[in-house]
Amino acid sequence: MIDVNKVAELARLKITEKEGQDYSNQLSAILKHFEMLEAVDTKDIEPMVTPSEIELSFREDNATEWSNAETALDQAPEKAGRLFKVPPVV
Amino acid sequence: MENIIYKNAIDLNADFISGKHTAVEITQAFLDQIEKENKTINAFVRTNDKALKVAAQQDADKLAGKDLGPLAGVPIGIKEMFCTEGLETTACSNLLKGFVPPYSATVVKKLETAGAIIIGKCNQDEFAMGSSNENSCYGDVKNPWNIEHVPGGSSGGSAAAVVAGMSPITMGTDTGGSIRQPAHFCGVVGVKPTYGRVSRYGIIAFASSLDQAGPFSKTVKESALVCEVISGQDPMDGTTSSLPVPEWSKNISADLKGMKVGLPKEYFSDAIEADVKEAVDKSIEWVKAAGAEIVEVSLPNTHLSIPVYYLVATSEASSNLSRYDGVRYGQRSDFEANPPKDLADFYSRNRGEGFGEEVKRRIMLGTYALSSGYFDAYYKKACQVRRVLKNDFEEAFKKCDVLLSPVATTPAFKINEKTSDPLAMYLNDIYTTSTNLAGLPGMSVPCGMTKSGLPIGLQLTASHFEEQKMFNVAQAVEDAADQVKRWPNG
Repeated sequence: MIDVNKVAELARLKITEKEGQDYSNQLSAILKHFEMLEAVDTKDIEPMVTPSEIELSFREDNATEWSNAETALDQAPEKAGRLFKVPPVV
Repeated sequence: MENIIYKNAIDLNADFISGKHTAVEITQAFLDQIEKENKTINAFVRTNDKALKVAAQQDADKLAGKDLGPLAGVPIGIKEMFCTEGLETTACSNLLKGFVPPYSATVVKKLETAGAIIIGKCNQDEFAMGSSNENSCYGDVKNPWNIEHVPGGSSGGSAAAVVAGMSPITMGTDTGGSIRQPAHFCGVVGVKPTYGRVSRYGIIAFASSLDQAGPFSKTVKESALVCEVISGQDPMDGTTSSLPVPEWSKNISADLKGMKVGLPKEYFSDAIEADVKEAVDKSIEWVKAAGAEIVEVSLPNTHLSIPVYYLVATSEASSNLSRYDGVRYGQRSDFEANPPKDLADFYSRNRGEGFGEEVKRRIMLGTYALSSGYFDAYYKKACQVRRVLKNDFEEAFKKCDVLLSPVATTPAFKINEKTSDPLAMYLNDIYTTSTNLAGLPGMSVPCGMTKSGLPIGLQLTASHFEEQKMFNVAQAVEDAADQVKRWPNG
């Protein structure tokens, strides 16, 4: 049985008791369906993490023009001068 | 004036170039249609208040004799997943409401360079997570053919916009079928190019090894043209391919002599509804008549694609979406009355209140699959079976050039029909997800209608970087399906 409160904590998601109950039932049903993977013999099969055999290209690590600090700060929920502000957390 | 909104992008560009219509006239016609229809369909979440200004500039550029791109004078709707500089971009999540990106996605820049006029942003499932467009903070999108039905998802707004005459072309993203399935549900062409063809830079990330951008349009040729515009290597996305981009739209040929079209037998199960089966069977006859040889192939592990897809996609999503913490941008909870206990509480409340139900469900599933003690059994196992699925495709493509199949077992289902059962919703993606797992190009092209008047699309899949073959088969289907009804209203 999936421990949803533990998973929510790892995922940094505050969930309500009702959500926890629903997610627990739904995720258990989903994972039950996924058990079919166990039957596949994957011995010696290299995990595939990206789909095509593209040779990754790298660009030169050069500085480029970008907007200024104000643009970066523009979207902040709260700021103090040129800093992002958060409520006291310790 | 003849009705501009029912013209396709290539004709609109020609009308603009010939002087038949100004860019402002064209743009205004589509803005008027959005004004008229969007209350019902909800395909757009906002229009671009600079669209008419851009159009007026194009009219001036034309008078001045400047070079105009292949999409000049053509409005385009952009899915909310794409960052658009100066134009709010939310992924249809409360978490990102009010976010105005400081830069545009590479795809958006390329479209603008080609002359496309961004007319607005299209509705979608939150963070592209959904198959019905019922997970948007802006509300459900309605299927223009029958508003009791869903338009599909996650790019439901982009698909509905085209068939409702709100924009001649639109952009979507496809992580597990999010372009092809809504194209099928709405009766439009929708293309997911090969993974690596199109830059993902500036597209809000869902699952980075699966995401790919692509167009919706009324005709195959328009989509091929848009794919030409948006494809190519991008220094900002190291997974983009350096292969040259062919002139697919010019090279389209509906003559399929010498081509082998494969029918994956596992995609023709008893689960397929009779009307869908009939339309797909008819398409097979059309493709044969166009000169192709039909062969049966096998993708024996198709039944594993849903578990593999949902484990891979949610694992990547849980990682990609960890950036949303409410510090630098996005939703922040109200901490005035109830200050955070610690940093984790601060993050958890911002995220818990900002993300919607389905997004949280998937983050939880992905977090679980990646967590200590479960990683090997879920994520690693899924990646191993992913290779098995890819190998199956390679075997199939030894026997044929293009795969032909249904997009889904049913036409558009009803709103609220599947919302209470997430697994049932996931299983709807059975024929589309493995294309993304293998990184292949795929598309949906309209091929028929149900007796109750809902459209049916045909799925075509090619091997890596062989989009031309897929477009050619699609063109043959489009030509033969001439009698298929193209617009809900006429």
